[in-house]
Amino acid sequence: MSSAIITRRALLKTAAFGAAGASLGLGSLRSARAADLVVGIVYVGARDDFGWNQAHAVAIKALKEVPGVKVSEEENVPETDAVSKSMESMINLDGASLILATSFGYYKPFVLDLAKKYPKVEFRHAAPLWNKATDPMNAGSYFGYLNQAHYVDGVAAGLSTKSNKIGFVAAKPIAIVLSNINSVLLGARSVNPNATVQVIFTGDWSMPVREAEATNALVDAGCDVITCHVDGPKVVIQTAEKRGAKTCGHNANQGPLAPKGFITGAEYKWETIYKGYAADIKSGKPLPNFLAGGFDADYVRNSPFGAGCSPEGQKAALAAIEGLKKGKPIYVGPLKDNKTGKIVIDKTYANDDPFLNNMDYLLQGVVGSTT
Amino acid sequence: MESPVVIVLEAMLGGAIRVSTPFMFVALGECVTEKSGRVNLGLEGTLVLGAMTAYAISFHTGSPWVGVLAAGVAGSVLGAMHGSICGLPKVNDVAVGIAMMLFGVGVAFFFGKPYIQPVAPRLQSIPLGSWSESPNLRSALEVNPLFFVGIAAAFALAWALRNTRWGLVVRTVGDSAAAARAMGVSVNGVRLMTTTIGGFFAGVGGAFLSLSYPGSWNQGLSSGQGLMAVALVIFARWKPLRCVLAALLFGAAGAIGPSLQAVGVTQGYYFFNAAPYILTLVIMIATSSAKHSAADMPGELSMAK
Repeated sequence: MSSAIITRRALLKTAAFGAAGASLGLGSLRSARAADLVVGIVYVGARDDFGWNQAHAVAIKALKEVPGVKVSEEENVPETDAVSKSMESMINLDGASLILATSFGYYKPFVLDLAKKYPKVEFRHAAPLWNKATDPMNAGSYFGYLNQAHYVDGVAAGLSTKSNKIGFVAAKPIAIVLSNINSVLLGARSVNPNATVQVIFTGDWSMPVREAEATNALVDAGCDVITCHVDGPKVVIQTAEKRGAKTCGHNANQGPLAPKGFITGAEYKWETIYKGYAADIKSGKPLPNFLAGGFDADYVRNSPFGAGCSPEGQKAALAAIEGLKKGKPIYVGPLKDNKTGKIVIDKTYANDDPFLNNMDYLLQGVVGSTT
Repeated sequence: MESPVVIVLEAMLGGAIRVSTPFMFVALGECVTEKSGRVNLGLEGTLVLGAMTAYAISFHTGSPWVGVLAAGVAGSVLGAMHGSICGLPKVNDVAVGIAMMLFGVGVAFFFGKPYIQPVAPRLQSIPLGSWSESPNLRSALEVNPLFFVGIAAAFALAWALRNTRWGLVVRTVGDSAAAARAMGVSVNGVRLMTTTIGGFFAGVGGAFLSLSYPGSWNQGLSSGQGLMAVALVIFARWKPLRCVLAALLFGAAGAIGPSLQAVGVTQGYYFFNAAPYILTLVIMIATSSAKHSAADMPGELSMAK
């Protein structure tokens, strides 16, 4: 009897499913059948932010060109329950068998919970958080050592600066940011012993007005090269260009924003990882659970040189990249911090040594403080 | 190399000129709205929508000033929405304002997507510092014309509120709706007008953000400046000229944090970055007087009741 009654809810359900089927489902189900692999990717911000999200989007674009791979993307997904819903709809409606979660806060609990719920789907998350002892085997992490590319920035900047002062607009004093700052210094010092790096912390990941103020303040203080580690480097690069300072980029290629002063920039090369995943799934190999690397693994790269880079800088930067590919260490000890003058890096560490993950100091030669 | 003190002072001067303009416009707009006895908390959304509209229109037409005008119109539409919704019986203006804030930000993000990447023509600044030898001072004195427009508007508003019939009507509606009705004035009509004007100002303030400084459109552009500007109106005690001073002070104080780090005072930057808020609090406490603010505050404001 009850089955004869068309309830409002049932009607809505059918309608919603039908609509979803019409808009997303049918098209992608058909393509899913034709394709071997559907990859779902969620971004925390806009795909064209000139920063972190754009770096992933560029790689996804390269992945789309691989035959037999389909991609389902969703941007501006907050680090809340919303990401679970996005990922589930990618799995259930689009038939995704690999989910790439690109923002730090997606991992716990959202990726972990879904990985348990869908054991046949592979989940990979862009930060070194996966723990073999506790986390599901169909989840995992991938990560690039961007500080190696910042080191190359430093080399090119060290030979392109006239004032020997490099300005760095940084968001927060956490290990990843500090390592990038220190790497710029060491890169610059490797070719120009007089170079210093001056840091301004803005205190947050996205503060466009304060980032512009910080850039102006650094130029006022005599820095003629500006680089940064903030979410969207667009404002920093544009402001520096307007002031006539040279720039090094961060996360994605900001060269087009600074036609006069761009030197080079530190970029992720996620496509190496994404194409690797696709190849592994197609050939039936198990996906690696933990990937991390720099130039050695081809996970990072430098933006094409701009007009601001001196010829010597280009040459030295290319040589530095060759060195890093062979694993030449950046942190050659002993090195002192800039606050107390105490030795904080006692010996030479390999570029992927976990010791370097706990960095909470700025090296001597950096003007700035972590507190 | 100049002395650190000079650098910090130059940075504060530059900061006052560069950063103050959006605060000034939003505060002036809100000042007019509140003078008529209504609070529009939605100006943060208006600011963001204005920034997006200005950037998009400037990109499509190639003329940043058309963009500024379009931003003002977009802001007026949001203001008129707020004004007309609040004209309905038993509607709380603060709650509507918060809804309008979310609405404005949402609309701006929705339509602003395609404009994050392209570069739109920006407003040209007037180089007032060409007499100076110091490149820092020259850069600090690159003043955007909107800065002067804002100051002129503040004088005009101050004069009009004090000396014209229009100003008298606005003030009467703000101080006693009953008296205004007795005069035969349409209270809701006046408030609709002042909220629309307020929206126009806030939209133009947004245009400054995307077309002058920092000078590009992205989603984090405002980061709460619209809300701060609404608070500045209370700080300025509903006087247009004081709104300008408050905005200048706020801009100058905001430059303290970055410039101190640049000259080597690197410890405690979280504290110095909070300088604008600390300074505002200190001045408010130092100058507070129960009698004065009560006298200055429009009697019909929901917070006064």
